Amino acid sequence: MSEPQEIEAVEKCDLVGIVAELFSEGYRLVQIGCSTLPSAYELTYSFDREYRFRNLRITVTPEESVPSISVIYPGAFLYENEIHDLFGVAITHIAVDYRGTLYRTALGTPFSVDNVKLPEPPKPKAAVEKQGVAKERAEAPGTH
Amino acid sequence: MAHRNVIPVGPQHPVLPEPIHFDLVTEDERVIDAIPSISYVHRGLERLVEKRDFIDFAHVADRICGLCSFMHSLGYCQAVEEIMGIEVPQRALYLRTIWAELSRIHSHIFWLGVAADAFGFESLFMQALRLREPVLDIFEETTGARVILGVCKVGGVRRDIDNDSLKGIVTRLTVLKADLEEICNVFINDYSVRHRLSGVGFISREDAYALGCLGPMARASGLAIDMRAVGYAAYRYLDVEPVVETAGDCYARCLVRIRETFHAIDLIRQAAGKTPEGPIDVKVTGAPDGEYYSRVEQPRGEVIHYVKGNGSRFLQRFRVRVPTFSNIPAMIKVLKGSEVADVPNIILSLDPCISCTER
Amino acid sequence: MKIFTMTKTVTKNLVKGPATLMYPQKERIFTPITRGKIENAIDRCIFCGLCGRRCPTYAIVVSKESKAWQIDRLKCCICNLCVDVCPVKCLSTDNHHAPSVTERKMALHRESAAPQDDPAQG
Repeated sequence: MSEPQEIEAVEKCDLVGIVAELFSEGYRLVQIGCSTLPSAYELTYSFDREYRFRNLRITVTPEESVPSISVIYPGAFLYENEIHDLFGVAITHIAVDYRGTLYRTALGTPFSVDNVKLPEPPKPKAAVEKQGVAKERAEAPGTH
Repeated sequence: MAHRNVIPVGPQHPVLPEPIHFDLVTEDERVIDAIPSISYVHRGLERLVEKRDFIDFAHVADRICGLCSFMHSLGYCQAVEEIMGIEVPQRALYLRTIWAELSRIHSHIFWLGVAADAFGFESLFMQALRLREPVLDIFEETTGARVILGVCKVGGVRRDIDNDSLKGIVTRLTVLKADLEEICNVFINDYSVRHRLSGVGFISREDAYALGCLGPMARASGLAIDMRAVGYAAYRYLDVEPVVETAGDCYARCLVRIRETFHAIDLIRQAAGKTPEGPIDVKVTGAPDGEYYSRVEQPRGEVIHYVKGNGSRFLQRFRVRVPTFSNIPAMIKVLKGSEVADVPNIILSLDPCISCTER
Repeated sequence: MKIFTMTKTVTKNLVKGPATLMYPQKERIFTPITRGKIENAIDRCIFCGLCGRRCPTYAIVVSKESKAWQIDRLKCCICNLCVDVCPVKCLSTDNHHAPSVTERKMALHRESAAPQDDPAQG
């Protein structure tokens, strides 16, 4: 069994508008997640309505700041504080702002671009049938 | 204007079972506002993917939490299997479902006991934990350990349960059901228990949906959100119905959990009757290349496992979003306007699992 | 709403006695597959080192030259991966748990097949 994964890439400036539209259609916020790419962060906003799972994805550089969606979904403040504390992404106008004291860790922002070491994809094998797959992997943004 | 005080509750508190901290702003005995504070048990498990193989990581996923242990490794293994396109054999799916429902039973019975302790009924707490022992004995006989099972792996399960043992399990659960009905009679009908639980900690259906409530807390307010309806593992072959109440207070949440326990015993009986013969695992070659969101229904709600791989043996990203994390804003709303003496009761009715929340 | 709903349970308990196992007097019965501690039959061991490489907590240390096999029982999480991967099947899981210790180094258990060492005592 496999759930269809709907992941749409959106621009940072359109984010709050699309989220407001989803709110009025009756979607609930499921999670806000963040992944570390080699020199950027990838934020994913997940929504669900009657078991239909949709995701919005934005990519930001470490210097940019992201607008908060806690005006629309008040429960989003915890996710956004966590992303700020663990990844170092600046999020503006969060409804309840802990200012960096939600997660008190010995190492400042443990998941930020400087601290995380991403694994390298495997070297492409010499076999003919794998060359097509190897070309895709070499172009994927996973290389250091 | 009355004088306002700030009372800290937790992380160490005689009645609070989990290391979560609340600063309660109170006026006389009524709570006006609550500010939560976590990160007392943050272990940084998500960065451990850089050091452990993706197959070994199923063991780390098991150890995220003690009560929801099997469901975490189930969600992780499902995510990796979907990325790699592995087809798990039918017998393994049914065995996973049986262990998942046994996990749900033991977690709910444990919650009944701890909730009774929270409102002062200690002998009921002892009785509930005594009833939990047969379930832990079943775990020990089928997997070798009582709490951290270590039995789910990428590609299937590591141990088999033969058909005679399955029939034995169903018989023992029927005996457990009779004992459980006596205890639940106290929870449902006793005068002092009703007095402590009814009308306390009310949340309306619209608020619960807008704030992102999950699990029994949402189902007690009338929202029928149950991830088992999506049909992972063997649930698409079984007869699952979400247990819903409409009152929205602590008493309704207690009723939802009691009815879910009986429903789980029935699901195990159905699954044990339908388990087919066959292999219990498939061989796994290669490494995951892609990403997937896997959703599983834990005893406390919907948990999401996100796995992203790029073809090497180590994963690029692993993220767990547990239901307690999503229920905290709803709980702040419930705490506003309640009495100080009811606060541990209300926090417990949400069933927090802080070691999952902070991984 | 009723009162005295616990009476039946209370009377049953008074009659039946305690539900807990009187532990030091009565021995606890383990099941055949209980994961207690890892044991090694050192005579059959070929010191290939596969168990040490597979261990997710790095609890096993194998030394081929001095023919020694050492396990740190406090780090071992009894996941049985070493038992599954051993090529000669000399590792097994005992169903009694490891005894408690008062210092970390007392949990290191060392077995050796070298002729001049004392036979397997840890």
